[in-house]
Amino acid sequence: MAYNLKEIVANKPPIFVSGHRMCAGCGAPVVARMIMRALREGDHAVVSNATGCMEVSTCIYPYNSWDCSYIHTAFECAAATCSGAEAAYKALKRKGKIQEDEHTKFITFGGDGGTYDIGLQSLSGAMERGHDMTYVCYDNGAYMNTGIQRSSATPKFADTTTSPAGEVIPGKMQVRKDLTQIMASHHLPYVAQTAAMANFKDLYEKSEKAIYTEGPTFLNVFSPCPRGWGYPTDELMKINKLAVDTCYWPLYEVVDGKYKITYKPAKKLPIEEFLRPQRRFKHMFKAGNEWMIEEFQKEVDKRWEELLRLEGLSE
Amino acid sequence: MTATSSNGLALMWEMIQIASSLRLPIVMPLVNRAISGPLNIHCDHSDAMAIRDSGWIMLFSENNQEAYDNLLMAHRIGEHEDVMLPVTVCQDGFITSHSIENIELLEDDVAKKFVGEYTPKHYLLNSKEPISVGPMDLQAYLFEHKYQEANAMRNAKNVILEVSKDFEKLTGRTYSLFEKYKLEDAEIAIVCMNSTAGTTKVVVDELRNKGIKAGLLKIRVYRPFPAEEIAKALSNVKAIAVLDRADSLNACGGALFTDVTSGMFVNNSYIPTVNYIYGIGGRDTTAKDIEGVYNDLIEIVKTGKVDNPYRYFGLKNRS
Ligand SMILES: Cc1ncc(C[n+]2csc(CCOP(=O)(O)OP(=O)(O)O)c2C)c(N)n1
Ligand code: SF4
Ligand SMILES: [Mg+2]
Repeated sequence: MAYNLKEIVANKPPIFVSGHRMCAGCGAPVVARMIMRALREGDHAVVSNATGCMEVSTCIYPYNSWDCSYIHTAFECAAATCSGAEAAYKALKRKGKIQEDEHTKFITFGGDGGTYDIGLQSLSGAMERGHDMTYVCYDNGAYMNTGIQRSSATPKFADTTTSPAGEVIPGKMQVRKDLTQIMASHHLPYVAQTAAMANFKDLYEKSEKAIYTEGPTFLNVFSPCPRGWGYPTDELMKINKLAVDTCYWPLYEVVDGKYKITYKPAKKLPIEEFLRPQRRFKHMFKAGNEWMIEEFQKEVDKRWEELLRLEGLSE
Repeated sequence: MTATSSNGLALMWEMIQIASSLRLPIVMPLVNRAISGPLNIHCDHSDAMAIRDSGWIMLFSENNQEAYDNLLMAHRIGEHEDVMLPVTVCQDGFITSHSIENIELLEDDVAKKFVGEYTPKHYLLNSKEPISVGPMDLQAYLFEHKYQEANAMRNAKNVILEVSKDFEKLTGRTYSLFEKYKLEDAEIAIVCMNSTAGTTKVVVDELRNKGIKAGLLKIRVYRPFPAEEIAKALSNVKAIAVLDRADSLNACGGALFTDVTSGMFVNNSYIPTVNYIYGIGGRDTTAKDIEGVYNDLIEIVKTGKVDNPYRYFGLKNRS
């Protein structure tokens, strides 16, 4: 793929435009804008959005940040909604009511609550039915819109309003679900995990592949939340990079069942680097709580090694 | 189009509201069966009653012919530009849904021509006019949008009558907001929906043979609720029983009873009216049961007294 990313950012119509009301320093709008930029010029997009921070701050009647067709129905069924629109599109094309040379791409955005938890069966169903659509989970690791409640994407030990770290519990008690692996187990043509890192190359390329691979595709995108995580708003890009360099959030893709890690940190950083700047992990650094960091590190290592093994098996 | 029943509908309660608020003229047969719990599967109207104020037009059908006819009309009603609301066509689970009846069908081309093509003004897949569907709708506008929806429901009444007239021209089968069966000169009347109306007609005929002036008002259009028309149609009877095949569990009667009595009250009609909850979970509803209701009404006319308006029939054990 020969392209100049800087030119893309400067010249391509953004589709996800400014004026939305997401917080300063939020990862989600950055992610949405870059993914939508992967749409080829001349192609049309139908975006389906689950209820959550992104939806409530980008489409408040009568305003809208989406320069494309947009639909929101509910929290748990963004994938089902998108799949229905895609099925209708195919039917209309078959009947000649939509012209053959018209290209519409179907893209869904859901938060982790709307994807890992309440929307999981809707997502799984849409993927299994084989709709030609891309599902994007922007994972900020909690139900942020409603006040930072823990989800199955919340990492162990994170302090949330429903897993408050204190004398009774050390934050969230359970390890996080591995949704990307669950989606890979659907045997989809394209599954990837990515983050808005460095010059967005990884995110842009994976978005392009996901949107333009025929059939159901899935992207899990790391999406920091300064309000829920407690980092200074100007440190968004730093948090993204630390998540990847500590291998907390590995960048990889699964193409037709073959695993490929798309970025291997030259030096894998200790997990403290990622945890320290975030208020939600503050209690882990208190004297006597070293075991929490150790345990966290072990979990990260285990999952990273498993990924390396899967990549090795794919070779 | 889609179709559902009972718990499948209950699970989608959230989407029921969203579909109507997005003004999507979906047509959905609803085979009425009991909502859990505990799990039952047999006929009652608790599924339909749980969505009665959700912005869906609701048509009820006594038998399979009516279910078929209502379905053909449903598209035209929901898709009318003054309406643009989803329509559900109800019929009794198992009692009619799993029974074999001879019905008159339209030829496919005739049916297709009557139903017509759906050509919405604005739609999600129109790339030449990208629109947003289902935005966040806050204090500044939701009230107005809900008012538009309420107006659409008000408009639906005339549209239903127009479409029914067209359908009559095509098939000779007459439909209105409700059916009046021997109601013109009736002194006692039952109001009910779906297959129980068939049983009631048999009983009305028997009573008429005995010289008893019994009548029936069978609801076809439950939403929009034709309150004024019903009050008028019942204005000359001396006692009324409203039969609800779903208990509202609210200590003040079933949903249809509340609708009918409130409609009468608002239209200055004050007639002794009682409610019967019946047929829950597929409990059989016999001609004898219906006859019992008419006998109770005769008693009410005689004494002029209603001791308990909230009644049951077919219930075995009251402790
Ligand atoms: C069925 C249902 N339950 C609860 C809600 C309330 N609700 C709206 S957004 C939200 C949290 C969304 O969390 P997530 O999907 O992680 O997105 P985020 O806000 O974190 O971006 C909740 C609980 C709802 N809209 N619908
Ligand atoms: S609460 Fe978090 S996820 Fe939501 S808009 Fe603010 S920063 Fe973004
Ligand atoms: Mg979230």
